[in-house]
Amino acid sequence: MDHFPTNWGRPRNDAFDAYGTYPIHQRPQNGPKDAFVDGVQRTQQPIVTGTSVLAIKFKDGIMMAADTLASYGSLARFKDVQRLFPVGDNTVIGAGGDMSDFQYIQTLLDGLTIDEFTAQDGHTLGPAEIHEYLAQVMYARRSKMNPLWNALLVGGVKDGKKFLAFVDLLGTTYSASTLATGYGAHIAQPLLRKAVEGYENVLTEEQALKIIETNMKVLFYRDARSLNKYQVAIITEQGVRISESKTLDTHWSFAEGIRGYGAQTQ
Amino acid sequence: MPAMVSTSQPVQQSFNPYTENGGTILAIAGADFSVIAGDTRQSEGYSIQTRYAPKVFRLTDKAVLAVNGFAADGNMFVKKVRQRLEWYRHAHAKDMPIRAIARLIQTMLYARRFFPFYVYNILGGIEEDGTGAVYSFDPVGSYEREACRAAGAAQSLVQPFLDNQIYFKNQTPAPGTAFPKHLPLSTVLPLVIDSFTSATERHIEVGDGLEIYIVLSKGSTALQGLQTVRGVQELTATNDGERVFVIRRELKKD
Amino acid sequence: MYKPAGFDFSNELRNNFLVEKGLPLPKATSTGTTIVGCLFKDGIVLGADTRATEGPIVADKNCEKIHYITESIRCCGAGTAADTEFTTALISSNMEMHALQTGRKPRVVTAMTMLKQMLFRYQGHVGAALVLGGVDATGAHLFTIHPHGSTDKLPYVTMGSGSLAAMAVFESGWVPDMERDKALALVKSAIAAGIFNDLGSGSNIDACIITANSTEMLRNVEMPNQRVQKERNYKFRRGTTAWKKEDIRSLVVDEQVTQIGGDEMDTS
Repeated sequence: MDHFPTNWGRPRNDAFDAYGTYPIHQRPQNGPKDAFVDGVQRTQQPIVTGTSVLAIKFKDGIMMAADTLASYGSLARFKDVQRLFPVGDNTVIGAGGDMSDFQYIQTLLDGLTIDEFTAQDGHTLGPAEIHEYLAQVMYARRSKMNPLWNALLVGGVKDGKKFLAFVDLLGTTYSASTLATGYGAHIAQPLLRKAVEGYENVLTEEQALKIIETNMKVLFYRDARSLNKYQVAIITEQGVRISESKTLDTHWSFAEGIRGYGAQTQ
Repeated sequence: MPAMVSTSQPVQQSFNPYTENGGTILAIAGADFSVIAGDTRQSEGYSIQTRYAPKVFRLTDKAVLAVNGFAADGNMFVKKVRQRLEWYRHAHAKDMPIRAIARLIQTMLYARRFFPFYVYNILGGIEEDGTGAVYSFDPVGSYEREACRAAGAAQSLVQPFLDNQIYFKNQTPAPGTAFPKHLPLSTVLPLVIDSFTSATERHIEVGDGLEIYIVLSKGSTALQGLQTVRGVQELTATNDGERVFVIRRELKKD
Repeated sequence: MYKPAGFDFSNELRNNFLVEKGLPLPKATSTGTTIVGCLFKDGIVLGADTRATEGPIVADKNCEKIHYITESIRCCGAGTAADTEFTTALISSNMEMHALQTGRKPRVVTAMTMLKQMLFRYQGHVGAALVLGGVDATGAHLFTIHPHGSTDKLPYVTMGSGSLAAMAVFESGWVPDMERDKALALVKSAIAAGIFNDLGSGSNIDACIITANSTEMLRNVEMPNQRVQKERNYKFRRGTTAWKKEDIRSLVVDEQVTQIGGDEMDTS
């Protein structure tokens, strides 16, 4: 028996997955290795992890959602963890990946917010500034070969401009009207793009909420490291609202009709 | 069963600080203009991260830089080059000439010889003598001035096409004639567009959008033809005489 | 020499050794694919994209991934193109033999069992990932078969690199006992999700609707990725290609027939 939970229940070998069905953060390294690499011990792996975060643009701003599960390998270890975090008055960040690294990022951002407040220079940090800061932190840490093992979404509205962008453990950044991390990038992103692209300035809050709910449901059906409890953050010109955790209404009745995996009929 | 292997033999899953984000860039120099283009898809593995992430950046009114490879390194590199150019402006009250930018990029790349920026750079623009220039770099700083260059995911598809259509490789001219040394903008622009539509057809990491930057030297004759092109937009910021334009086009999204 | 019973994998060992020594082996075309199947009121709808890839290069922009098994059983293939084509062709042939032998319309489970037993025997070395669907005397059936020989029987299934994109569409849109048109629209939108979001999938949509009394193969039912017009003509002037040597030969054979005595052969 393997008593180390991070080795449990990995559905497939991370190094070889011909159909890309399991998210691999980077391609397997096939080249020659540094002769001294074994002498240094700082490479890590995520331990307590959060899964997907979703975010979309809608008429009045940004909507972001993440479930409240923090997994320990395949163990559903913590079932009421906040993965959405407000920064300042106009921004929310959502995190997938290692939760201890994310909580460290929260302390960094708290410090940043305090410094900014103490300056009293009439400026406040908007989502673009916070994203830039995070991108620099993440890139600097990857360059020290000591990454913060997260994929982060940053969303917000400031001065009438909606902002939504991504940054991950490698410092890779990008922006789009729909974003998703982890399994969400494979499962939810196709649905989000179809529902949102071209309607960013038309979708009402109710419509956006419906889209988010549908996608959280699909993720719960198909992502084995997800939970049917999630929170939604809505960022508009008026400010940030992060909901209490909501429970998904899911249906499993189709299973009644399934008999076996082959020739079985009873 | 690899998943159930005991931890008594630890499996080293070392952190890889690089990834590849796909896409392709190219640049072509004319007699008195330069064209620098790139697609706008950013991908990792089989997933599209975004359909619009610029890979081509205006540095000055006479220099445009295209970066391709690892996107985080690319963006950081452009940021650092821009910072050095701003310092140069503060010190010398003028924009750095393109051949100096090229040498600067070389030293900046080689400074990271043992932890390289995983980026292929192509610099296009106008030389001090008014001629169109293209400089291409490898990730650790080896560089060369050329008339045309393609880099990135579809380099192996586009470069042979350019060699044939720009340098007239493997073509014999009609008896008593010679191939032109420089092509006009009206020929170069369609070649650039066709390069990208073809690369989109046959390379999975190329597509979504196309951004073409055009830098014209002082009093370039290519100006009249350019102003009639669909969707052209001017980005010129100074009154030095050189002018920068951008054309944006859609590419297939599958 | 002692020969153990069962399958011989010594060539596999040899090939791995040679690869380690630096011998490049031929690379197989893989159909990094989106394939799907879905149950509806009257039968099965199968769907597939039409892109075949070799690494990041598109090898075929309009290939066929829905293979014929019998008149009312079809099979979508993902994975190594040659493996999917040959396994489905072989099982199709064996199914026809089986039909002739028994004098009955063959069943979907029969094809499924033949496929899984073959794939299991090859221990995953035959890289075929299949979606098998059809209608027989016992009703409509839909299976997935993985390269190692495991199977699933579900009301809606997806496979290939676009399987997650397509499955998301099914999870949010599938309902029991759909009408034909609604099922076809759902399959089309599942394949489209793969085409536009998965780099391994692309080009056109193929679909196949199988009911108790008809099989409709809808080849290129949607073509959302037509090639755009080129900006220039790339016609080369006659004489563009240089040559080193010119050699003109007469290929007209000059033949002289001489009659040597006797009568002509009687050819009447």
